[in-house]
Amino acid sequence: MSVSKDEYDKMAKEASPPSPVLKDCIFAFLVGGFICLLGQVIFDLLVMNGVDEDNSRTLVGMSLIVLTAILTGIGVFDNIAKYAGAGTMVPITGFANSVVSPAMEYSSEGRILGTAANMFKIAGPVIVYGCSSAVLYGAIIYIFGLY
Amino acid sequence: MGKRLGKNTVLLDSKPHIISNAAVVGRKEGEGPLKDGFDAIFEDGTMGQDTWEKAESQMLKQAVQTALQKADLTPEDVQAVFSGDLLNQCIGSNFGLRDLEIPFVGLYGACSTMALSLCMASLAVESGAFEKVAAATSSHFCSAEKQFRYPLEYGGQRPPSAQWTVTGSGACVLDNGGGKPYIDAIHIGTIQDLGIKDSNNMGAAMAPVDVKIEP
Repeated sequence: MSVSKDEYDKMAKEASPPSPVLKDCIFAFLVGGFICLLGQVIFDLLVMNGVDEDNSRTLVGMSLIVLTAILTGIGVFDNIAKYAGAGTMVPITGFANSVVSPAMEYSSEGRILGTAANMFKIAGPVIVYGCSSAVLYGAIIYIFGLY
Repeated sequence: MGKRLGKNTVLLDSKPHIISNAAVVGRKEGEGPLKDGFDAIFEDGTMGQDTWEKAESQMLKQAVQTALQKADLTPEDVQAVFSGDLLNQCIGSNFGLRDLEIPFVGLYGACSTMALSLCMASLAVESGAFEKVAAATSSHFCSAEKQFRYPLEYGGQRPPSAQWTVTGSGACVLDNGGGKPYIDAIHIGTIQDLGIKDSNNMGAAMAPVDVKIEP
């Protein structure tokens, strides 16, 4: 049997079971929505208790990061994310998990060359291109005076 | 000496005999349809070690020791061990076999390592220079995920085509004494790359090699 790369690619795609897109979308919507709701609840509670809005926004992000770090640490987060997909990946929880999980995994290789060297293995590209695009975006705004 | 049959296949005259074998596995494998055929099933994925890599080495050591015990042999009785695994520089085999002090040939064949180690071991026996040799391999789901994909606690979704790396180790002892089961012929595959780039679909990447068997 001899097939070309294109033919084989087609065969592999046909043979691979497709992702359950509708189910994934529903779970992502529900879990992602719940995380946003949770953020809003934390925000409202802070504002009600006299924290100003700017600080409250920062504290919401921090709260979700800490919560994710704890859930990742006790091995619960990946079980939720298995069903939630983009629902946990897109909010700040996904970013927090992508830093905490390699930090845990590589702790067996030492504090410096293990945890510290590897903790941005997954989040690193996001930081690099996030910062780069922020600089580019800032330059465009500065040059064209869009604000 | 073996007789060549076409481009990839060699028929072996000495019919290297597999005198014993052993397989040790993790919990998930131990729940599968082959569970009665395993020599040991580890409920704890760490095997009492502090890293996944050490756990893999521990499994490999136990597989080789069990295979030797079943044939009433000690490590001194075998003249070489052919072994490989998926970890950097075959450290699973290196550290697992370190204490046994058997001359070691490290191999890398990814998923085909057991077949490769049996091929090389049987060629060693066929050559007449070795009387008894061992062939082994190991892999561990957790150490493989760590090396090739994402950390275990990373919250990602596995596509339905994703395979699970086996947590387990297998070992065989071969000699030239005849008897069944024996190795009749070996087939060394040529590299087939049909351009699959998805690290979550290793089955599709490897299937072309599996189906292209011809003398």
